Amino acid sequence: MEFFLGHYNYWVVVFLMMLGFYVVVSRSHMVKVLVGLTVFQTSVFIFYISLGKIRGGTAPVLVDEPVLYSNPLTSVLILTAIVVAIATTALGLAIVVRINEAYGTVDEEEIDAIERAEEVGAPEPH
Amino acid sequence: MTDLVDVALLALLALTGISLLVLRNLFAVVILSGIYSLLSAGLFVTMDAPDVAFTESAVGVGVATVLMLGALTLVGHEEKKPTRTRILPLAVVVVTGAVLIYGTLDLPPFGDPGNPIHQHVVPRYLEQMPEEIEVDNVVSAVLASYRGYDTMGETTVIFTAGLGVLLLLSGIRRRSRGKEGAAE
Amino acid sequence: MSHNIILRIATKVVVPFILIFALYVQFHGDYGPGGGFQAGVILAAGFVLYALVYGLENVKRVLPPSIPFACMAIGVLLYSGTGVVAILNGATFLDYDVLASDAIHGQHRGILWVELGVITTVFGTMVSIFYAVAGRRGVE
Repeated sequence: MEFFLGHYNYWVVVFLMMLGFYVVVSRSHMVKVLVGLTVFQTSVFIFYISLGKIRGGTAPVLVDEPVLYSNPLTSVLILTAIVVAIATTALGLAIVVRINEAYGTVDEEEIDAIERAEEVGAPEPH
Repeated sequence: MTDLVDVALLALLALTGISLLVLRNLFAVVILSGIYSLLSAGLFVTMDAPDVAFTESAVGVGVATVLMLGALTLVGHEEKKPTRTRILPLAVVVVTGAVLIYGTLDLPPFGDPGNPIHQHVVPRYLEQMPEEIEVDNVVSAVLASYRGYDTMGETTVIFTAGLGVLLLLSGIRRRSRGKEGAAE
Repeated sequence: MSHNIILRIATKVVVPFILIFALYVQFHGDYGPGGGFQAGVILAAGFVLYALVYGLENVKRVLPPSIPFACMAIGVLLYSGTGVVAILNGATFLDYDVLASDAIHGQHRGILWVELGVITTVFGTMVSIFYAVAGRRGVE
């Protein structure tokens, strides 16, 4: 029971990570893949922050009387990671918009079909 | 009591993730991802990380949702029904999840003050910060002063991403290849 | 137009408070939760809200696109400039101790300038990306 209480946090985080991973791997609409990537990244943030929490601690802002502070280092790393994640998401969305303008669709299977049709059509004129 | 809040928030997160996977109307999927970010911000508050909760709610709920909705109005917002069966992705995901859970069995228990992560550098920061920097918010002090190089790199990454988006999206639109190919 | 009136008036009332709150978060980042990243995103969110309710042309009259483009680069310049000033004063890169007469005030000054650089870059990038995505013409 102690083991379960100490670890269920991590198991739920692994479940959320695998949800995001499945969306990235199996769906073909590119915006949905980006949303799945966001879910994956956010679950990694939850994992890090739950590593730094101390039971009975408080937020790492110094006060006068001596209390137990939770770990500030994990917060610092995740602050950086959140902003880098939004930067990559924005760049990914810009690429998706350009792909849509080039191919007329953002579904990966349809783009595959268009590319294969062009490949078959190209060697013919000699 | 906080354990109960943690369990409730994690359960809601799992429910939101599952419905995000299943739905095919992408406007709903984007709003659900905003809800996901908001719930994780609540989780960050109960885990004593208010700076991270601030950033996640401002970035994940505000900026990311608006950008994705803007992109969806440009590309179209319905996802096609799946044509093939998906055994291989499901198998890969299940195997990866099993390996990760096997890895978490070795992790130290949640919330224990004796964990290795609290032992080496962090006590030095917490003790010597009042003499060296004298700023009340330890996270700001570590971010701006003790780990200033990382923050400079991060600022440069944000600048590069903005530059990339501007290079991609501020030119003139050309005719799409699909329409040209069909006309030939 | 009548169903927009509540949104327009509410936005007119709320946006100044959003901008002031962003400045509060920036300058109180030393004493409580907050700092440059949060403040930059909140500042950008104020302008994005104005753009959503009043239209992209109106917000481009208030904040012409050249300003966020310039802010992106100026922030990185401020950050690295603080490091270079530390070198010019005889210490290593980004060593804030030499920026004032004693070490603690030097650290405070260094953190102030560095966070100003961060808020400028984050604000400029978020608003520029929004302008780029929202200003793109749709499928014809």
